[in-house]
Amino acid sequence: MHNFIFGIYPYIALAVLLVGSVARYERDPFTWKSSSSQLLRRRQLILGSVLFHVGVLVIFFGHFFGLLTPLWLIELFGISHGAKQVLAVAVGGVAGIMALTGGIILIQRRLADPRIRATSSTMDIVILSLLLAQLALGLLTILVSLQHLDGEEMVRFMHWAQGIFTFDPNAARYTEGASIIFQLHIFLGLTIFVLFPFSRLVHMLSAPVRYLWRPGYQIVRSRRTEALPQHAGPVTPSRAGRAPLTRKPAE
Amino acid sequence: MSNLLDRLNFLQSRELEQFSGGHGQVTKENRGWEDTYRNRWRHDKIVRSTHGVNCTGSCSWKIYVKSGIVTWETQQTDYPRTRAGLPNHEPRGCARGASYSWYLYSANRVKNPLVRGRLMKVWRELRQTKTPIEAWTAIQSDPILRSSYVTTRGKGGFVRASWDEATEIVAAANAYTAKKYGPDRIFGFSPIPAMSMISYAAGTRYLSLLGGTCMSFYDWYCDLPPASPMTWGEQTDVPESADWYNAGYLLLWGSNVPQTRTPDAHFYTEARYRGTKSAVICPDYSEAAKFGDVWLNPKQGTDAALAMAFGHVILREFHLDRQAEYFEDYCRKYSDFPMLVKLEEKDGRLVPGRFLRADDLKGKLGAKNNPEWKTVAWDEVSGGLVAPNGSVGYRWGDQGEWNLEERAGKADTRLKMSFILDEDHDSVATVDFPYFGGAATPAFATGQTHPDVLPRNVPVKTIRTAAGNVRVATVFDLFCANYGLDRGLGGDWVAKIYDADVPGTPAWAEKITGVARDKIVHVAREFAQTAEKTGGKSMVILGAGLNHWYHMDMNYRGIINMLVMCGCVGQSGGGWSHYVGQEKLRPQTGWLPLAFALDWGRPPRHMNSTSAWYAHADQWRYETLTAGEILSPTAPEGDWDISMIDYNIRAERMGWLPSAPQLRTNPLEVAKAAKAAGKDVPAYVAEQLTSGALEMSCQDPDAPENWPRNLFVWRSNLLGSSGKGHEYFLRHLLGTDNGVLGKDLGEEGRQKPKEAVWHDDAPKGKLDLLVTIDFRMSTTCVYSDIVLPTASWYEKNDLNTSDMHPFIHPLQAAVDPAYESKSDWEIFKSIAKKFQEVAPEILGQETDIVALPILHDTPAEVAQDQVKDWKRGECDLIPGKTAPNYIAVERDYTAIYDRFVALGPLLDKLGNGGKGIGWKTDHEVEALRKLNGVWQDGPAEGCAKIVTDIDATEVVLMLAPETNGEVAVKAWEALSKATGREHAHLALPKEDEKIRFRDIAAQPRKIISSPTWSGIESEEVCYNAGYTNVHELIPWRTLTGRQQLYQDHLWMRAFGEGFMSYRPPVDLKTITEAVNTDRGQPHVVLNFITPHQKWGIHSTYTDNLLMLTLNRGGPVIWISENDAKTAGIVDNDWVELYNTNGALTARAVVSQRMKDGTTFMYHAQEKIVNTPGSEKTGKRGGIHNSVTRAVLKPTHMIGGYAHQSYGFNYYGTVGSNRDEFVIVRKMRKVDWLDREATQKEAAE
Repeated sequence: MHNFIFGIYPYIALAVLLVGSVARYERDPFTWKSSSSQLLRRRQLILGSVLFHVGVLVIFFGHFFGLLTPLWLIELFGISHGAKQVLAVAVGGVAGIMALTGGIILIQRRLADPRIRATSSTMDIVILSLLLAQLALGLLTILVSLQHLDGEEMVRFMHWAQGIFTFDPNAARYTEGASIIFQLHIFLGLTIFVLFPFSRLVHMLSAPVRYLWRPGYQIVRSRRTEALPQHAGPVTPSRAGRAPLTRKPAE
Repeated sequence: MSNLLDRLNFLQSRELEQFSGGHGQVTKENRGWEDTYRNRWRHDKIVRSTHGVNCTGSCSWKIYVKSGIVTWETQQTDYPRTRAGLPNHEPRGCARGASYSWYLYSANRVKNPLVRGRLMKVWRELRQTKTPIEAWTAIQSDPILRSSYVTTRGKGGFVRASWDEATEIVAAANAYTAKKYGPDRIFGFSPIPAMSMISYAAGTRYLSLLGGTCMSFYDWYCDLPPASPMTWGEQTDVPESADWYNAGYLLLWGSNVPQTRTPDAHFYTEARYRGTKSAVICPDYSEAAKFGDVWLNPKQGTDAALAMAFGHVILREFHLDRQAEYFEDYCRKYSDFPMLVKLEEKDGRLVPGRFLRADDLKGKLGAKNNPEWKTVAWDEVSGGLVAPNGSVGYRWGDQGEWNLEERAGKADTRLKMSFILDEDHDSVATVDFPYFGGAATPAFATGQTHPDVLPRNVPVKTIRTAAGNVRVATVFDLFCANYGLDRGLGGDWVAKIYDADVPGTPAWAEKITGVARDKIVHVAREFAQTAEKTGGKSMVILGAGLNHWYHMDMNYRGIINMLVMCGCVGQSGGGWSHYVGQEKLRPQTGWLPLAFALDWGRPPRHMNSTSAWYAHADQWRYETLTAGEILSPTAPEGDWDISMIDYNIRAERMGWLPSAPQLRTNPLEVAKAAKAAGKDVPAYVAEQLTSGALEMSCQDPDAPENWPRNLFVWRSNLLGSSGKGHEYFLRHLLGTDNGVLGKDLGEEGRQKPKEAVWHDDAPKGKLDLLVTIDFRMSTTCVYSDIVLPTASWYEKNDLNTSDMHPFIHPLQAAVDPAYESKSDWEIFKSIAKKFQEVAPEILGQETDIVALPILHDTPAEVAQDQVKDWKRGECDLIPGKTAPNYIAVERDYTAIYDRFVALGPLLDKLGNGGKGIGWKTDHEVEALRKLNGVWQDGPAEGCAKIVTDIDATEVVLMLAPETNGEVAVKAWEALSKATGREHAHLALPKEDEKIRFRDIAAQPRKIISSPTWSGIESEEVCYNAGYTNVHELIPWRTLTGRQQLYQDHLWMRAFGEGFMSYRPPVDLKTITEAVNTDRGQPHVVLNFITPHQKWGIHSTYTDNLLMLTLNRGGPVIWISENDAKTAGIVDNDWVELYNTNGALTARAVVSQRMKDGTTFMYHAQEKIVNTPGSEKTGKRGGIHNSVTRAVLKPTHMIGGYAHQSYGFNYYGTVGSNRDEFVIVRKMRKVDWLDREATQKEAAE
């Protein structure tokens, strides 16, 4: 069982995440959205949403780098496991509390505001509840971590995570004997991966980051496939009117 | 390509080029997603149709069809252009119409023929062994069987039936009723044909072939302004909305244009841009109020006082202190101001009496033709009395001088308007005028104490008549006295200054209306000044807010007086714009033969609904308003102390009003008896009525022989919308659960009627069968015995016109009728076919006797210049003269269907016509034979076919002058015979134009000018009422031939309405000690006002989810903040409103908009939607009409007197409803009555 959850389930979860997301993007592109309820109630959303998103983003990147950075790289920088764990607990704790606070505001309005409640799908409520549970579990792991500040347990999880991505058949071994809270946290995390393609979470794949570097404020989506030939120079008006453009009429 | 790969293709740049210095870029990314949006609006076809709802909008719409389903609708924009300088008609449409397609596939759609369960069960059982006629006879002869379904009306329990079964029951019931009681016991109610002419005609054609009774609607809806036929002899004729743009001054009075004339409101806005000044008069801060330069908010129901004060100022400043030349000239030619009125003595005092007539004078001014119908004036040219051209006496008999030329016969004249100069009058006489302001109920009382008779001085001439010397005055001089103007003749009750507290002045009106006197003076002055400078371009838009009061005539005549004084009527940009229910069936004369089967038999049976429902819903049994309360203190001697139903009985007896049913005995039997006696029908009936062997049904409306037995309701929601006295309908006409809270006259011990027979046991359930034809499950459907599913407005072919624009355009079938529905034309065809199958068992070719009242616009209208009642021995019964005419009509009950689908022979034989003129129409009938085909055999051999609804539209279009130029020319030439003037030039340029159905399917078409109407279609002016009277010198169809501001009929004088005056709302006494169970509890008593609404057109759309979403999703009433506070009500509370008539439940909208003392309940919010039970009645909520009751006014019953003669929807009693008061309080417990029915209640 342990092997299934920590050795096989991660592959199932990642496969569903990948195939599910691609399928949804291909087959049902109009459902690919964040389904914001900002239109229905604004002020509360801004507070809750900003807290939640900032917290979650910090946690996400914390987990990403924390778990998947190769150990040798960390050692190269001479960061001790203990120090890393303290850093993780501190940053993760602050971000976790932010996200949890934001999340509680969000779920409160989702359940209590009749209009938002009426426009919520079951999945909206399920996924938000699971995220909150996951945040709560994540914060609880801090209590476990504080009991052994050497960071060794964290190293085991790094081994596990990197083992999964390097197809280590024995990856599940690293998590044996870990606190039940950690185990639940990982299991729930994988489950959220499973639900990801079927929920509004897909919007994170479409975060409009590209806007930061996209040139131009105005986009003209042309039917042409070729660029226009360049003009020799500025067109000067003459008595006969404007010089004709040297391009073929549009088809 | 794949969406994802497209998105992730980073190898190839999507950018084609940049522009604007890099701020823009052109890309070549995939645009496939756009198709999703494109497909959303993609459709298979667009079909032109409209909404056949009772709305004057008459907007043409594009109906979109996709995969065989109507998906949505948008406004058409292709109306023919107006002339340069005038805004176009589009956009026309509103949110209500745009939501219509919801109905087609909604749960509320009637999908199958439905029959009341208990009736169906019995019917199926009996039909095992009996014929349809026998089965129906068996049900009706067994009181237990009959009441088993009658008492369950409105309680559910419908079962599906086949068309065959449902039409068989209907046909059997109709045949049985015709045989047993007479065909006039088969009633049909359907309103406003203009909105879907063929659907209306389908039902009335069937009824008219049977001899059934077609019920009126315009008067019943209280939209008919009796002041219009009184003043102009015209039902209603108004300017098109484009003419608002031409106005110099627009007065909006009791009409909420943006809300209730939404598609026309843009002309109001555009007029404001043009610089038209506008004043808005309404008690509440309505949507229209914000359009005004000034908003006057008089107390509700006091508009006549305001109008009187306006008139006072106009007379003072434009007719007396200074004579505006245009006004003088206009009034001399086009009003009755110069006509002479005899002053009659009563107890040594003088009151205005009858018009002086040629007949009064020795030598009769040389008049041989109708001298008693020629009014007389003083001529300045000859210096003597003349009978000027144009009065009704010139209209009939010898023709050719019925015109408004300034002549009397061959002699030129110049009529004198006033005898004010010393050399003109022989003396100054004191004349009594009634004053009704003192009779106000506490809610309207002001504390002013004026006597109920106001003696005022008037300049008079003494004239030698055949009966001795009489004193006469001009209408104008009396008119000025009535308005309380001091003309230097001394005496009381006249004022020189506006601040005097004399009835008529602005100061007096300020106390009554609450409108500041300076504002009154200001508006009156601007109104008249504009009219003077522009030649009459001051216009008043007025509506339900004024016309739904009991004394609506006073409000209206006050305003009409202003318009006539200022020469506005008949001038483009000016005049009287009465916009409530005033639909215009433009091709009327083409439609009449089709609708009332005039091609097979004449006359049809018409009934004025107000009197009929008053009698047959037994509302008269609860009448608390006595004649004494509204009688004038100056009334001539007479037997006036009778009840309202008694007045109505007299009116029917004297041939003034129609009757239904007509005779207590079956007319088919009477005809047989006449034949057996070897006598002429009219002579036989006259003899039998005089002897008392025959009785008129009106005398005893509660006797079972006199009940209406079958009722068809189609295109209407009688019980959910217009049915004033809703709970009385339920109790007496239907015989089911009801919420009547008061007691009848017998139980109350009040004075009972003298003429109507009183039964202590009131009938419950007069109707044997109620059939409703609708596309939606309306309140009326819920109460019916049979509901037939009809095609919606996007599923049938029909015609539609309005008076708000000059176009005719179609309804068309965009898709086939959904589910099992059929068009109205097909439904009545199938009933006719069934009738033809089942009726021959008991009916064959029969002679029917139709009682015909004395009709306006016929030679008979000059019937009774004196009021004489044959029943009381004052004269002989002469059919068509002193009583209704009794006319034999042949019916063939074995060929009802065959006749229905064929254009009968009478058009060839008798021709066609309307409004007093006739023309031959054989040419058009022949054209229809070629167009529609000819029946080769059967009872209609050789007749043109009218099989489909499109065939029927072609009949209308071919026969009508408005849509066939050739007929228009014939019609104008026919009118020329009467007037002696040439009129055909108005239609000659269009003589070759013939509008066909396919033409209007392509684009709305402008109609052709026709003498049926008083305006013209032209490139020079907009359509404006009275235009041809003023510009073609065609007389108004009144006694004097002019706009008649003085009414001299005996009953008009008796009820104090010879001249207009302010009459406060009447006391209906519905808030009694017994009914008020809230004494000591927070509650408030409010005037109950039912205006037209924003989220529906009457009841239609009020059950439409889209419209419900825009408001509160169910019934609401509006209440002011102060009243709400008094009653402890906050916004959105459930409240109950009640009085002795019944109770209703609704949510409260608490608004600053409302005036204290009133509550608005937008009329006709269906009680089938979101309506809880009433705590008072224990029944489902009730509707707006649960707290109202119809009340009749005797002056509306007058007949046989030129313009005051009956016409269908033209004159007659009206169903007023604004004088009602209700108790309003918060509901303690909201009970939705959502319990399961017990077996006993269940309709099984």
